[in-house]
Amino acid sequence: MLHTIVFVLLFIGASWFAWRGFSRIRRNILLGKAEVVAGDKSARWRNVLLVALGQKKMFKNMLPAVLHLFIYVAFIITQIELIEIIADGVLHQHRLFAPMLGGLYTFIISFIEILSVLALVATLIFLSRRNLLHVPRFRKPELKGFPSLDANLILLAEILLIIGIFSMNGADTVLQGRLPEVYHHTGNFAVSSWLGPALFGNIASNDTLMFIERFGWWLHLSVVLGFLCYLPYSKHLHILLAFPNTWYASLSAKGKMENMPEIQKEVRIMMGLDQPDGAAPAELPEFGANDVMSLRWTNILQAYSCTECGRCTAACPANQTGKKLSPRKVMMDVRDRADEIGANLDSGKFTLENYQDGKSLFDYISPEEIHACTTCNACVEACPVLINPLDIILQLRRHEILTQSAGPSEWMPMFNAIENAGAAWQMGQARDAWKNE
Amino acid sequence: MAIRTIAEYQAAGESPEIVFWVGCAGSYDARAQKITRALCTILEHAGLSFAILGEEERCTGDPARRAGNEFLFQMTAAMNIETLNMYGVKKMVTACPHCFNTLKNEYPELGGHYEVVHHTQLLNELIKDGKLKLKEGGDFKGKRIVYHDSCYLGRANDVYEAPRALLEALDVDLVEMKRSRQNGLCCGAGGAQMWKEDEPGDKRINVERIEEAIGTDPQGVAANCPFCITMLQDGLKAKEKNEQIPVYDLSEMILTRL
Repeated sequence: MLHTIVFVLLFIGASWFAWRGFSRIRRNILLGKAEVVAGDKSARWRNVLLVALGQKKMFKNMLPAVLHLFIYVAFIITQIELIEIIADGVLHQHRLFAPMLGGLYTFIISFIEILSVLALVATLIFLSRRNLLHVPRFRKPELKGFPSLDANLILLAEILLIIGIFSMNGADTVLQGRLPEVYHHTGNFAVSSWLGPALFGNIASNDTLMFIERFGWWLHLSVVLGFLCYLPYSKHLHILLAFPNTWYASLSAKGKMENMPEIQKEVRIMMGLDQPDGAAPAELPEFGANDVMSLRWTNILQAYSCTECGRCTAACPANQTGKKLSPRKVMMDVRDRADEIGANLDSGKFTLENYQDGKSLFDYISPEEIHACTTCNACVEACPVLINPLDIILQLRRHEILTQSAGPSEWMPMFNAIENAGAAWQMGQARDAWKNE
Repeated sequence: MAIRTIAEYQAAGESPEIVFWVGCAGSYDARAQKITRALCTILEHAGLSFAILGEEERCTGDPARRAGNEFLFQMTAAMNIETLNMYGVKKMVTACPHCFNTLKNEYPELGGHYEVVHHTQLLNELIKDGKLKLKEGGDFKGKRIVYHDSCYLGRANDVYEAPRALLEALDVDLVEMKRSRQNGLCCGAGGAQMWKEDEPGDKRINVERIEEAIGTDPQGVAANCPFCITMLQDGLKAKEKNEQIPVYDLSEMILTRL
């Protein structure tokens, strides 16, 4: 009875805590401007299935892709075992599904075990690659502090989870031989059938074995519940948000910039191409984005979908040549700013209607960074979950030029030339002078 | 060169098969003007009737828009679209991937609907249709040529094969850099960088790119964008290799085989 009460309370408590975290993320994402994402549903499904579920873009780099796949598949398949853990916890049963599924149960658990071993191998490689090898994208300044800790914590949690699985199944296997009337035979699991006796076969006390079995059970459950609660504070949110993010990703050619219909309208009226509709703008509008609220909500969704892998930054020509720009940092800054605004709203310091904390995204991202971008789309191409840092950089540039009237002074002659001479350079010759040679 | 404007076509009661959008670089930059003339010569040779806009062509607005100046972009785009629609232009070719991208992807939303092709696509089509016949041999046969993908033709618009098909038609010994196609490295000019100094860093992007190209030990570099060509040539100058390794636009290579 006590067991069941502890289980149910823990489960409900963790779910409530996690729900609160996820609600905050949702609220923070919706701080962005409304945007209707329309268009080709089949292309969107294809993106979700191939890119998020199928991890197509990960496979541009084989070794990390395969290792990541081990962890990913193990994580998904292990959830089947989690269903049983929850059912056992609530009903105070032991391996509820074993008698129902018979040989299929043995197969499923064996499958989980094999994947868990592969995931363990991958986790150990990832840990050493991240901490021992000098992979440049893991050594960038934006990863110092919490982001590095975050990555390592999750890898350690993965190891704990696997320890949980094998102590539970291993001890169970030994107990099945000793107390068959309590620990029903489940068939031989692929790994535990030999690992269990090897690790725990020498333990004489059945009580100790039972403790190890329960320890594994609770460890598995605690790591999963802990992970769920931790997710909203971690880059690992990508395991969930990769799906909506690939769905909402832009379907147009990468070279196409988002149109600004309000400016289009203004310019056409000014040029006499359209008639004014009488509705004069009430206040001076702000153009471009300088904060989370002036970005689109899909931009914020992208920021929360980022797992800080740094493929974008590794591919960025500006970053490769030592400039300050890092597309990953842009995404992290947008997310951190959204977190900051969210925290201020939660503490009641500010309300959304009149949010003025005297800060903006430009306190996170410097002009130097956005000026270094060549709009080459390498970051967009590199992202395994279809995040578009370039779109945000360009919205910041728009704010700088259109709202702040700032930006590199060297661009002024180009602007003047286009305005006055219709060419990107002010030249003293005819546009078709090249014919005369 | 006797190149006719679309206004001249219309005055004569004729219409061209295609409009050649020359672009600012192709119009004013001395190096890019050579590409413009090369393409005109090829189109004439293939018997394709084409017109330019002449003084009525304006910057598409690509650098202004990418710098963040949407007002200026909308202005210059509206003027171009007025002109193009007035002449009833249906199909355009351009030798500039930036113009190509803006005309193809960004003008439709503003009321400018045209079929737009990059010159490497058009030349490829002309060869396939037998309208453009290349002489045997030529300067480039068997030459070791490294190809540089421009971002605005490549990643921005997924055109990777047309330029490579031309290189194949030229019988060059095509070499690829490690960073090519989807993973191609930028020349450093895009996003209005062409009009400003680099931000502080360790190295110029064009130098990083040309070092990779030089690493393939090429006899020449082939490109498809006037801005890339400028940047790559500057990179070669910085490495003091500009005498040994020339940079060509694909049209200039085709020109030698007419």
